[in-house]
Amino acid sequence: MNVNQSVPPVPSFGQPQPVYPGYHQSSYGGQSGSTAPTIPYGAYNGPVPGYQQTPPQGMSRAPPSSGAPPSSTAQAPCGQAAYGQFGQGDVQNGPSSTVQMQRLPGSQPFGSPLAPVGNQPAVLQPYGPPPTSAQVTAQLSGMQISGAVAPAPPSSGLGYGPPTSLASASGSFPNSGLYGSYPQGQAPPLSQAQGHPGIQTPQRSAPSQASGFTPPASGGPRLPSMTGPLLPGQSFGGPSVSQPNHVSSPPPQALPPGTQMTGPLGPLPPMHSPQQPGYQPQQNGSFGPTRGPQPNYGSPYPAAPTFGSQSGPQPLPPKRLDPDAIPSPIQVIEDDRNNRGTEPFVTGVRGQVPPLVTTNFLVKDQGNASPRYIRCTSYNIPCTSDMAKQAQVPLAAVIKPLARLPPEEASPYVVDHGESGPLRCNRCKAYMCPFMQFIEGGRRFQCCFCSCINDVPPQYFQHLDHTGKRVDAYDRPELSLGSYEFLATVDYCKNSKFPSPPAFIFMIDVSYNAIRTGLVRLLCEELKSLLDFLPREGGAEESAIRVGFVTYNKVLHFYNVKSSLAQPQMMVVSDVADMFVPLLDGFLVNVNESRAVITSLLDQIPEMFADTRETETVFVPVIQAGMEALKAAECAGKLFLFHTSLPIAEAPGKLKNRDDRKLINTDKEKTLFQPQTGAYQTLAKECVAQGCCVDLFLFPNQYVDVATLSVVPQLTGGSVYKYACFQVENDQERFLSDLRRDVQKVVGFDAVMRVRTSTGIRAVDFFGAFYMSNTTDVELAGLDGDKTVTVEFKHDDRLNEESGALLQCALLYTSCAGQRRLRIHNLALNCCTQLADLYRNCETDTLINYMAKFAYRGVLNSPVKAVRDTLITQCAQILACYRKNCASPSSAGQLILPECMKLLPVYLNCVLKSDVLQPGAEITTDDRAYVRQLVTSMDVAETNVFFYPRLLSLTKSPIESTTEPPAVRASEERLSNGDMYLLENGLNLFLWVGASVQQGVVQSLFSVSSFSQITSGLSVLPVLDNPLSKKVRGLIDSLRAQRSRYMKLIVVKQEDKLEMLFKHFLVEDKSLSGGASYVDFLCHMHKEIRQLLS
Amino acid sequence: MATYLEFIQQNEERDGVRFSWNVWPSSRLEATRMVVPLACLLTPLKERPDLPPVQYEPVLCSRPTCKACNIDMPALIKLFPSFQFPPAYGGISEVNQPAELMPQFSTIEYMIQRGAQSPLIFLYVVDTCLEEDDLQALKESLQMSLSLLPPDALVGLITFGRMVQVHELSCEGISKSYVFRGTKDLTAKQIQDMLGLTKPAMPMQQARPVQPQEHPFASTRFLQPVHKIDMNLTDLLGELQRDPWPVTQGKRPLRSTGVALSIAVGLLEGTFPNTGARIMLFTGGPPTQGPGMVVGDELKIPIRSWHDIEKDNARFMKKATKHYEMLANRTAANGHCIDIYACALDQTGLLEMKCCANLTGGYMVMGDSFNTSLFKQTFQRIFTKDFNGDFRMAFGATLDVKTSRELKIAGAIGPCVSLNVKGPCVSENELGVGGTSQWKICGLDPTSTLGIYFEVVNQHNAPIPQGGRGAIQFVTHYQHSSTQRRIRVTTIARNWADVQSQLRHIEAAFDQEAAAVLMARLGVFRAESEEGPDVLRWLDRQLIRLCQKFGQYNKEDPTSFRLSDSFSLYPQFMFHLRRSPFLQVFNNSPDESSYYRHHFARQDLTQSLIMIQPILYSYSFHGPPEPVLLDSSSILADRILLMDTFFQIVIYLGETIAQWRKAGYQDMPEYENFKHLLQAPLDDAQEILQARFPMPRYINTEHGGSQARFLLSKVNPSQTHNNLYAWGQVRNFQVFGEDAKLTE
Repeated sequence: MNVNQSVPPVPSFGQPQPVYPGYHQSSYGGQSGSTAPTIPYGAYNGPVPGYQQTPPQGMSRAPPSSGAPPSSTAQAPCGQAAYGQFGQGDVQNGPSSTVQMQRLPGSQPFGSPLAPVGNQPAVLQPYGPPPTSAQVTAQLSGMQISGAVAPAPPSSGLGYGPPTSLASASGSFPNSGLYGSYPQGQAPPLSQAQGHPGIQTPQRSAPSQASGFTPPASGGPRLPSMTGPLLPGQSFGGPSVSQPNHVSSPPPQALPPGTQMTGPLGPLPPMHSPQQPGYQPQQNGSFGPTRGPQPNYGSPYPAAPTFGSQSGPQPLPPKRLDPDAIPSPIQVIEDDRNNRGTEPFVTGVRGQVPPLVTTNFLVKDQGNASPRYIRCTSYNIPCTSDMAKQAQVPLAAVIKPLARLPPEEASPYVVDHGESGPLRCNRCKAYMCPFMQFIEGGRRFQCCFCSCINDVPPQYFQHLDHTGKRVDAYDRPELSLGSYEFLATVDYCKNSKFPSPPAFIFMIDVSYNAIRTGLVRLLCEELKSLLDFLPREGGAEESAIRVGFVTYNKVLHFYNVKSSLAQPQMMVVSDVADMFVPLLDGFLVNVNESRAVITSLLDQIPEMFADTRETETVFVPVIQAGMEALKAAECAGKLFLFHTSLPIAEAPGKLKNRDDRKLINTDKEKTLFQPQTGAYQTLAKECVAQGCCVDLFLFPNQYVDVATLSVVPQLTGGSVYKYACFQVENDQERFLSDLRRDVQKVVGFDAVMRVRTSTGIRAVDFFGAFYMSNTTDVELAGLDGDKTVTVEFKHDDRLNEESGALLQCALLYTSCAGQRRLRIHNLALNCCTQLADLYRNCETDTLINYMAKFAYRGVLNSPVKAVRDTLITQCAQILACYRKNCASPSSAGQLILPECMKLLPVYLNCVLKSDVLQPGAEITTDDRAYVRQLVTSMDVAETNVFFYPRLLSLTKSPIESTTEPPAVRASEERLSNGDMYLLENGLNLFLWVGASVQQGVVQSLFSVSSFSQITSGLSVLPVLDNPLSKKVRGLIDSLRAQRSRYMKLIVVKQEDKLEMLFKHFLVEDKSLSGGASYVDFLCHMHKEIRQLLS
Repeated sequence: MATYLEFIQQNEERDGVRFSWNVWPSSRLEATRMVVPLACLLTPLKERPDLPPVQYEPVLCSRPTCKACNIDMPALIKLFPSFQFPPAYGGISEVNQPAELMPQFSTIEYMIQRGAQSPLIFLYVVDTCLEEDDLQALKESLQMSLSLLPPDALVGLITFGRMVQVHELSCEGISKSYVFRGTKDLTAKQIQDMLGLTKPAMPMQQARPVQPQEHPFASTRFLQPVHKIDMNLTDLLGELQRDPWPVTQGKRPLRSTGVALSIAVGLLEGTFPNTGARIMLFTGGPPTQGPGMVVGDELKIPIRSWHDIEKDNARFMKKATKHYEMLANRTAANGHCIDIYACALDQTGLLEMKCCANLTGGYMVMGDSFNTSLFKQTFQRIFTKDFNGDFRMAFGATLDVKTSRELKIAGAIGPCVSLNVKGPCVSENELGVGGTSQWKICGLDPTSTLGIYFEVVNQHNAPIPQGGRGAIQFVTHYQHSSTQRRIRVTTIARNWADVQSQLRHIEAAFDQEAAAVLMARLGVFRAESEEGPDVLRWLDRQLIRLCQKFGQYNKEDPTSFRLSDSFSLYPQFMFHLRRSPFLQVFNNSPDESSYYRHHFARQDLTQSLIMIQPILYSYSFHGPPEPVLLDSSSILADRILLMDTFFQIVIYLGETIAQWRKAGYQDMPEYENFKHLLQAPLDDAQEILQARFPMPRYINTEHGGSQARFLLSKVNPSQTHNNLYAWGQVRNFQVFGEDAKLTE
């Protein structure tokens, strides 16, 4: 504990704050019983005022750098209270606030111990009484009890069963007049004064912290407090942070949590008891719970007793977790943004945990690869496999070798080592990197991966300086940077021949369906202009990429578009059973040279097939044709396949409709995810061998068996796009936008990726869109900047704490211009002998990325239920291990989460409820297969938002504000019917309009006079010249710009039919398909953990 | 004798028929002893400008097994006593006799009005693995040919190289073709499926329930009327590129002739069965891949030679031959014909492909390059027209032969296939393609000639009454180039004669020219399946037996040997036949042999004789050109020789003449006669060239010229290095060779 705390300065701060309150309480424990409450209260009130007034002092002074952290903690108590109230009230809605109200009571009982400082006492009280809540409390208490005793059964029932009650509860919340009134009422007054501004502006928060701090103020006192009181404080801090979810609380203190974590462990129990008393009064403030949330979830245990004794009435209500009290993703994201978004992330230090993916930050490469290229589940690896097994934390890296960088960051330098090729270790073949040790005056170097000592070739020799560093270290990217590229020599090329520039082949379905929907016409029209934007390298005048065209239905039509022809020539190949390419010269051409012919062709294609009656299509032969064409041209390339229907024509790869919903939830469900025939895999292998990447655009009207069709794109590093029931009017923009992006994006072809590690760990498993013919080389026919490979590591030996662990990811690829290159990413990680270090350096987002991919692959082979159970078990084990080994002893009834993983349950729940693992009735088999393969190559940012969608309130922030609007937790309870929200998950984009949104707003956004006139399902907002419209449209555009796929907007009105669709994405709620709500899941998790611990 | 010559000539002109014997031995035994079988050369479509087709349909003999057409009444009535005049002839009177009843109309042509007329079809199958200038020349020839085709004829285009492309001619703008892999053998059904020829059935019904005319359209996407698409096709041909697939050094281009032909056959089979159609294959090299492949693509392995074949070392030959035979039979069954135009310096696989032309009555043309006048003019000549302005080609003919009961049909040799029609008049002994009384001749022209062999079955002890006549009727159903169906009927009757008593008579009626050609056909036919020496021995034996039978000589006295005039030339023909490329494969490639044999089996008597024994004319100041012996003694220094071997026209300047020419005397006004002398053979050669199909190779050479070998190889080597000095004479020429000599 102490150690931990002391070590990181930041944490210390975090602690102080919490400590403070805790301190008093704890110390006074007995006394406080009565007094405490008042104090906190006072404190509470105090903070608010203090906020405005004192803020500067505490903040700025206490910790210069850490200032932020403390603030958060400080805020936690007061701010939270304050915030919780209006933060929620304001931000969330009337209803949400009410929710809090209700919860408060509930929370009190068990939350109370957690969150001592209640700001909203008033509210709480009223709620406490509600009968509904009583039930819940009962359940909760049950939980606690169970925790204490052995009430597994009840708990389980509680945890999961409760949902219904919860729902009702939530329903009831909104009603709470108090709250509703409160927030609203307050909003104006309070918010104006503090809440609002405070929330948004960092300054405010600062003050709050200050206020909170001021009391403990001096660094000195804090420290001591740390040690002793820390625990409570920590606990507080922890909770506070989470609670504060209030976006407002800017105090950056991601780190403190860690400390808190540790803190809480030991001290918690004692703390609680003392606190409770003190809290009771405060608690009402719901704050108690808020704090508690993170560290001590279940903490109720101690609380309960105390409460029970102390507050008669309160104990009764306590039932369930207060949703506000449980860790909030929004809060965590917000905190990280505030804490780490301001300064560049410098990669010089080993084992640094980077900012969250949701945070905007710049990276300075000083020897380790940017987190944009590699993110790890943990930056501190257990030294031994025993530890790793114990912790069950998967060791994985999510690697995006060709990730796009923001313009401010330089793309990797290209290094040319001349004819001899890149300098490598003779034994393990690792590439020269900053971690290589030069010895013997620079004549030799020792490989950092395998310790082999190699001679430095004469032309590479350089003297060492007094630190043993090469004098030219900073002149050479490979000696100073984490990421760089080597020019490959001919030895790195296929057939020992430098590659030709790659080619793009557009293969267009011209069967009846494609023609009827207008797809072909649209596509051909678009291609005419799009061909000018083929990816090119550096400053190249024109793209080196050649293009070819094929149309097909039951037979294939190749086109000769040689520049010397007056008219394109069509060549029909009907021998689909034995596909071949009918022409060589004139099939792949330079766009500029053959422009006239290509234009003529694209003009004629829609005409030629306008009267087609052919409804049957083939699929495998099409890809085969493309692949053969590339083979004949001796180049790598990419096929863009535009396909509409299940390939039922007589040909290899013929499919039948096997969509059978009856299989869901049976052992045979996995067959829905498996390809129908092996022909597709075989084909994919051939494609990979040829460097033929396949991007598939699907336009199905009905089942097309995505599971099978996507095999080839999946294994060749391609993408699948799906536009169900495509109609030009509705889907044109989305399709064209995706197409443009897909065509223009920079791609590496014919790539091989290899991950080398220092001795002790080894890459053992890989997830993503690629093919592997052996156990080490990831073969990618194509790799673009959106594709990610997740690599799992396992120990095969002991690691050394001092030397750490190194990863080197080497990607050999052919650039768009046909240049063969090697991209190298290096990353050094710490190693630890203490589990606590592991837990302190984890990244939940990455963890979820790995777990989702793991699970999504699992459904191919195991029943979905088994996969879900595995996930839950693993998660429980991770958390139980933490609880057992790292957290201070506390009652079993407490749920204690590591700070770094406090969102693990909520995110995991999202994974569990996802369409793949728990399909709703409206989800088609194709959709599931589609999502499944999509997730496989997602990066961390994408999985993050995909599983926990972003919900932005549109009217809460001033129109003129240029920052992104405040985010809201994805729960219906958080929606205010007077507000509008944007929800996005990387694939979907909804604009939810509350029923009582101001008419003016409706008018200025939709150009209609009332809510009822808004067209439900609208996908385009009218272009209106007013600030709100501009802002919303601008926001939508910027959201789209952040995602690799175009998100089609759907306007959803409250209480409308479409709302069901929307609600599906409110992932904190119980889902229709049976997915647990966040709270329920947390309870369930808690139960699991306790089972493991007992 | 003169009468017989006239008779024979008259018969040939009127009926296109020449019999080996014009008086027939009356019994089987005697007939066998005559050595030369009773046979005839029939030119079914012999041009008869004087023969107007009659506009009604023939009347058939009512006996179901007979079905002869009723002509030549006197003979007929005797032949077929049961014959009854049908009602149509009710108006017959002395003055108004139907043509059938007039004796000069032993050959009559009927036009049949019923039945839908379908246009002629020309399907070009073009090799694109050619040298640039070759391809260019070929493209020009093809483009030119479009203007020669009848406007309503349907044309199609298939090109091939490594792949096979079937060009769709109906579409505007973008040119469209169906492409097939050149290595894969496809069934007719597959081909039709892949070309979408079987598709119309389903969607059409839905779209337009009653659209019978839709069918031809759908099926003719690949075959369009010339007048509609000649512009298109001209452009398309113009844009034809050489096969774009790279050919690495040391390799032959991959050429999918087998598949291309197979697709062509399948296409026509599916769209226009039993309609006159020509598949015209233009190829510039051997098939090197897929079914029908003749040689691999490794240049270091040469294409098979006779030597290889004898050693059984031609690994692709059997398979390829089988492939092409299968195609040829299918084509014949559909009534289409396949022409092969092979122009290359090396062999092109004619040996394997020959059956395509042989069985379907198609043409076979062999040249060195498409960029030669030999090819260009030959190709052009296919589209020449006759006196009526009709193309000199006919399609889908069936030849039905009927005989009176003393005769049976032993077989036929010519560009035909058997229709396997058995009947009472079909002999069990086969000569040529036998076992049937009907043959199919898918493509024929006015010179196409079949040899038809008969057998006298009358037993010796069942004598034919004095003055009795045997009758044979040839009924040829065919599609005229004007697309009409026509029937030509020729009825022949000859007297029977008893060999014992009337040998002289029979002898005099011997047509030695016809006999020579007929025997030669038999020999060549045998040579296709038997070893060369065996055939020669057989021929020799036949000749000896004939001489035994008809020669007059004293035993042990060679000098006393005499043959009557009607036999006098026959041994000479046989001598030259033995040396001809039809039976000698030495110095000829297998392709050349196939080529020569092909033409030998289809040309008429005159041309066949030229082939057997080339004609040699001698030009000198001493008089008008005179035919001279095909003998080395005819090669004199002061003569110009013109030799016509059918396949070659050789002009040879004697040593002195050549020197004069070199000295330029022809340009001097005072030696104008020399100029004329030089010009005379050229003019005569031109005349021959004009008429001949295929264009012969035209060789203008002189004493000592390398090309003189064409002449030297043909002449009778009466002087050789062996006997030159032994004879003590200094002759001006010698021929090196080990052959037997005709004289001596």
